[in-house]
Amino acid sequence: MQPTTLIAVLLALSAYAFYIGRRKAFRVSGNDIRVLRSLPSHYGYYAAIWCGIPALIIFSLWSMIDGRIILTMATSSIAASGVSPQEMSLVYSEVLRFVSGSTIGGKPDPLIAEAVVEYRKLQDISNAALIVIVLSVAITGAAFALGKIHKDQRARNFVEAGIMAFLIACSTIAIFTTLGIVLSVLFESIRFFQKVPFLDFIFGLEWSPQTAIRSDQVGSTGAFGAIPLFAGTLLISLIAMAVAAPIGLMSAIYLAEYASARVRSYAKPLLEILAGIPTVVYGFFAALVVAPFFRDAGDLIGLDVSSESALAAGLVMGIMVIPFVSSLSDDVIAAVPQALRDGALGLGATQSETVRRVVIPAALPGIVGGLLLAVSRAIGETMIVVMAAGLSANLTANPLEAVTTVTVQIVTLLVGDQEFDSAKTLAAFALGLMLFLTTLTLNIIALHVVRRYREHYE
Amino acid sequence: MSCVDIVSIMSNSDYTGRRAINTVYAGLDRRYAAERRFRRYGMLAVLSGLAFLVIMFTSIILNGYSAFRQHYVQLAVEYDESRIDRDDPAASDFEGIVKGAMRGMFPWMSERKDKKRLYGLVSGDAAYAIRGRIAGNPSLTGEKEDLWVLLDDDADMFFKGYVTPVDRRPMSSRIELAFDGERAILTGDEAAFEGIVKAVREELQRQLAVAERELKNTGRLLEEIEAGATDSDEIVRLRSRLESLQERVSDFEARAFSADLNEEIGAGVSSYLVNVNGVYIWINAVTTTGVTGEVFAQNTKGLPGVFDQWQLVTLEVPPADRRLSDKEVSILLSLQDQGRVESRFNSVFFTAGDSREPEQSGILGALKGSMYMLVVTLLLSFPVGVAAAVYLEEFAPQNQWTDFIEVNINNLAAVPSVVFGLLGLAVFINFFGLPRSAPLVGGLVLTLMTLPTIIISGRAALKSIPPSIREAALGIGASKVQTVFYHVLPLALPGMLTGTIIGMAQALGESAPLLMIGMVAFIVDVPQGFTDPATALPVQIYLWADSPERAFVERTSAAIMVLLGFLITMNALAVVLRKRFERRW
Repeated sequence: MQPTTLIAVLLALSAYAFYIGRRKAFRVSGNDIRVLRSLPSHYGYYAAIWCGIPALIIFSLWSMIDGRIILTMATSSIAASGVSPQEMSLVYSEVLRFVSGSTIGGKPDPLIAEAVVEYRKLQDISNAALIVIVLSVAITGAAFALGKIHKDQRARNFVEAGIMAFLIACSTIAIFTTLGIVLSVLFESIRFFQKVPFLDFIFGLEWSPQTAIRSDQVGSTGAFGAIPLFAGTLLISLIAMAVAAPIGLMSAIYLAEYASARVRSYAKPLLEILAGIPTVVYGFFAALVVAPFFRDAGDLIGLDVSSESALAAGLVMGIMVIPFVSSLSDDVIAAVPQALRDGALGLGATQSETVRRVVIPAALPGIVGGLLLAVSRAIGETMIVVMAAGLSANLTANPLEAVTTVTVQIVTLLVGDQEFDSAKTLAAFALGLMLFLTTLTLNIIALHVVRRYREHYE
Repeated sequence: MSCVDIVSIMSNSDYTGRRAINTVYAGLDRRYAAERRFRRYGMLAVLSGLAFLVIMFTSIILNGYSAFRQHYVQLAVEYDESRIDRDDPAASDFEGIVKGAMRGMFPWMSERKDKKRLYGLVSGDAAYAIRGRIAGNPSLTGEKEDLWVLLDDDADMFFKGYVTPVDRRPMSSRIELAFDGERAILTGDEAAFEGIVKAVREELQRQLAVAERELKNTGRLLEEIEAGATDSDEIVRLRSRLESLQERVSDFEARAFSADLNEEIGAGVSSYLVNVNGVYIWINAVTTTGVTGEVFAQNTKGLPGVFDQWQLVTLEVPPADRRLSDKEVSILLSLQDQGRVESRFNSVFFTAGDSREPEQSGILGALKGSMYMLVVTLLLSFPVGVAAAVYLEEFAPQNQWTDFIEVNINNLAAVPSVVFGLLGLAVFINFFGLPRSAPLVGGLVLTLMTLPTIIISGRAALKSIPPSIREAALGIGASKVQTVFYHVLPLALPGMLTGTIIGMAQALGESAPLLMIGMVAFIVDVPQGFTDPATALPVQIYLWADSPERAFVERTSAAIMVLLGFLITMNALAVVLRKRFERRW
């Protein structure tokens, strides 16, 4: 029986338990449901929960661990013959490969073949056992619940407690996600810093993560100085903000203070389309249109512009960030009390003077917060730079040259074959940690500033 | 009374020069100018934002619209018995049949190199088409038929006009065609080959200008060195170079302006073909009154003669700068003349998986991968997101724990997507041992990414339900859970669905985290389930964007158009939903 079929059978059993439970509630009440403590359907749910949930828990625990146990058992004879742990992991993947029916690389080694046969046998036993156990737990649970149904039983309280448990569990997923991110990048980063000293990483001026296969080759050690990456990220983000900040801010001011309702109702959603375009499209646009345009323009005026210039990537990233800046600024400008504007206009200030001398200073904290959020967005942006920025880590402030960024390096280090004990792969996690910490700090500051600002005028 | 009127009254009064209003008046023009300027900057900002949008969409549409059509060629196929294995049809030589058909149509392409190019004009898919044909009708063996098959991407690009602009000019001045051995000699009056002569003269003049410039530079250099008179070897070298340059210049001068031109046409200039009676003659030398060339046809019998109607074909891009040689182009042109080339709707693009050959590649695999991923994401993130929103908005007590959850959700919404990829790699693949490249893992990662969006919009939707609804339900004896699930949630559901659709649209466009979990592999097969290796539409775009072929640029843009189409539909659906179910309380 397939796992999906088993789940389906389980669901059908639960539905049946619901039906029986509800009917029993009617029966124990003598068809007068007013004497019941809860609604008849609550008794149904009560039976269904007892039928389905314990069986489901057992099912998921079982399928989570059975593979590993079966693998260990199937290869126990090989493990007993004194194989080192590294070779053992090779044996595991070999066995799994043949179990899944792959025939690449010819016939398996006799020992492996034996393990494969053993694995299949154990798997059959495990599957059969799982079916028997899950179904019997489900039936026992349903029988237990049905036995407990009588007219004074508080089924609603039980069902609602179950619902609350589910709701609470769902709301904690955000915490577990954050925890998962922190732990996953932290552990691998710690392993990385055991190989490469932290200070070398954070202050090193040279980045060339290619480690050679043999230790006597040139450049065998690799260099993991992240300064060129930080500088490149900063350069591209600066260019992006130089594009996005004025355009985003000015369009927010125009739409909030000058534009007629009609213009606003068209222009605002159109600008927000920019935020909905996938970043891979921006990347393609940067690589196909913008970068060649800058290169050709540079040729015309005798400048040597790299075809992966920071300028092209930064400009396109700036376009992407415009709607973030404009909609966040729009919000804070709209939150400035009308009385402030009226006061300034009443004193004879022109509209632009009102905006520049009164509205903007009043909204400044919010605008700064919005800009910080936009910077964090630019720093973490991946696809545009992967497609349009370079790979070589140049330490330069010239926007016409190619630079690389933290996100580009994370992607290049992790795409393709990986081995999880080389400094090269682990470096990606260390960079990820840096990225996470930077953006987290920026976000917290920005959210804090914006919230404080909102409270100020509310 | 306007401001200016007041000012004019004031300035007429006795107090001229002393009142504060005069100070104001003095600065007024400047301030109004600043006002107009500021306003214009604002308008400019909005317009430039919109301009970026327009430029981006136009460039993608212009690059991609042609990918929705594809060129097919009609082959005269012979299902040769010697090539078809009756016992094991799969082992038949289908490629041989295709090659045979091409050879049969263009027997003059007889050299080894030429043959290879000839076969290259038809897509590798042709052999599969023939296999399908034979498998369906085994009785065809030994028969002949005309079969439409795919052209290679280079040929397709030629017909779409990306290889070179082709100028086919019908000519009516009389020319005579004669043969000198293999060489075709075309003679006519000056008007006949005027265009070619002019182009060749221009090219000569261009080369002359280059040589003259070089001559001048060398002369100047020589003078400088002679003035210093130190390095005699260098002087000797430069003098000899100067002489040879002078020779070259005079040679070019003589050739460019001579009355009877006699020049060969090199690979660096446009190519010319003459079409006489459907036969293409490739021009390789030109004089003022005639041209000589090579005939691209099997036999030249019956060709010599006098013609009044012929065609001069100009391939503007020089052969050195394009992927198709003149021979290949002439074959494609004569196929077109015979009506054997047809442009059809590109169904391959929507029914095939990825391929190294542009003409055989499609987005179905990527679309299905994205679909499986979105199904996982929707099934997980919608219930979980709604549950979390309900708990936080309706049940959670105001305490530090709830605050902590909220801070977490807000932060997760702003964590870079690539970090979620790291999480997926470390947790789902390395720790839980889920398969790499599987839509299941992609869906899980995207679930975690979209949850904050759904929770935040769900809470907003719940907040907009007035307390009176809750009070009414509680008043007639519903429990808190019943109130929420029977009364509040149904009213908030449209708003929550809107948020969910927007979250799904974000998930559909996301690619960075999928790169981390191995969904960038080159996968030809269309995935059939949640654990099959797959790729997603945005990742397919990323993969194709890396390919150098022009045909892939076109397909990348087309795939982007499909992706944007989906996103626009989803967002429009969200807008409609909001408009339809939005209630003001």
